[in-house]
Amino acid sequence: MKYLYYPGCCCALKDNGKAYEESLLAIFNALKVDFEELDDWNCCGATVYMAVDETKSFALAARNLALAEKQDPESKKATIVPPCSACCFVLDKAKRYMEEYPEIGEKIRTSLQAGGLSYAGRTVIRHPLDVLVNDIGLDRIAGMVKRPLKGLRVACYYGCLLVRPYASFDDQHNPMTMDRLLRAVGAEPIDWPLKTRCCGGSLTGTIEEVGLRLGYIILKEAQRRGADVIATACPICMCNLECFQRTMSREFKTESKLPAAYFTQLVGFAMGLDYRQIGLHRNFRNLPDFLLAEKKVHHVLA
Amino acid sequence: MPEWLGQRRITYESDLDPGFAREIAALPGGDKLVGCIQCGTCSGTCPVSPYMDYTPRRLVAMTRAGYKYEVLRSFTIWLCSSCYACTVECPKQIKITDFMYALKRRAIAEKVYPKRFPVAIMAREFFKMVEKHGRNREGGLAVRLFLRTNPLKLFYHGGFALRLWLRGRVGLVPDAIKRTGELKTILHALNHDDAPAAGRRGAA
Repeated sequence: MKYLYYPGCCCALKDNGKAYEESLLAIFNALKVDFEELDDWNCCGATVYMAVDETKSFALAARNLALAEKQDPESKKATIVPPCSACCFVLDKAKRYMEEYPEIGEKIRTSLQAGGLSYAGRTVIRHPLDVLVNDIGLDRIAGMVKRPLKGLRVACYYGCLLVRPYASFDDQHNPMTMDRLLRAVGAEPIDWPLKTRCCGGSLTGTIEEVGLRLGYIILKEAQRRGADVIATACPICMCNLECFQRTMSREFKTESKLPAAYFTQLVGFAMGLDYRQIGLHRNFRNLPDFLLAEKKVHHVLA
Repeated sequence: MPEWLGQRRITYESDLDPGFAREIAALPGGDKLVGCIQCGTCSGTCPVSPYMDYTPRRLVAMTRAGYKYEVLRSFTIWLCSSCYACTVECPKQIKITDFMYALKRRAIAEKVYPKRFPVAIMAREFFKMVEKHGRNREGGLAVRLFLRTNPLKLFYHGGFALRLWLRGRVGLVPDAIKRTGELKTILHALNHDDAPAAGRRGAA
């Protein structure tokens, strides 16, 4: 089965989520997954576009769905794999709305036709977490582990849009897919209740006094439960939980120094991939020392 | 002296706009709004409801009753970070998050947000950037947002941006798609609907 990788704006090229793309593609290559980038993909519209024009936000997402069908004309299903959970949700929402409300579907199909595209409804959207655990399988990944994450206590943070509103592959209240994956590579996922609580999304950039607080609650609880690192599955969650820690420490007068990493970086690290190959040099904080001890990795940036 | 002294503090039925309720209910899935049992599960699950002026439950009731003026000017609609916790928990399957989006769209279309208000301005800038290039760039978006809201923030966040840049994590110019024309045609084909008609604007 061929996967069509959809980078999304955050993860592509030189943007904030670059390390996510690097680490994901590195483990896909190591596992010999058959994938290629969706040609000429456009922004999914994020959750912001819906706040201006709903129909256009569906059309924007639908162009990607149509491009996927064009690129994979043979398979029964064309599979788009967006690493960002917001992209995943937005594309899925457009697909579902076009099916659920025929008048919307009709309108979008007409507009796609104006641009010379067509969409038959064959495209499915799947998050890499789903692909890694349910398609490739934990056994195969566990078999590739060279540096088990022994003793690493991970707080698996799924964020909101990965399981809500559509629980396409995991439970909405206590998802376990990431916990199972990281356990398979030797880590010890901690049990905590804030797995799917909102990180603040774009509020950290717009209404800071609320946005920062939301992220801080999550970090504080993870630390209270003894996590060494917080694992994320979305570039926006990662930015809020990782990059804003300094601002939060200043704002809430408590030092917060919890390393954060994409779950793909942790899996890649366990598989013995190179530090730079999985973008760990782009993170604000090193992984805990005991993991890095033998490698003597120097992180020059503070 | 209390600021409201001398002003009317009550609302008469004639101040309400029942048409507003009908318009919102006409949206996809909006018909369920009528079935709200006012249980408050949405407000209870919402991570930002402690900071809201009206909780989501109240906003549903107010919309249903036609409190258009208050609803569109409430801070609640801008605080919703779209995490869908309410939508998942609602016992009557009301798409509350999508309802919040509908209110945001209405407020943006009718321009009833405060001047230099970041959420609405970010939405607009994002919209424009994607329409033009087909993709978005966080760094460029942040710069435009700060220029139009509070330019001082450019300095305040300078160190932050530098730390991102050192790690190759920030860019300013969006990387455009190849067939921008195709995307424009698709979006322009939808130009005639969705946005509220000018005639309806006077109803407030």
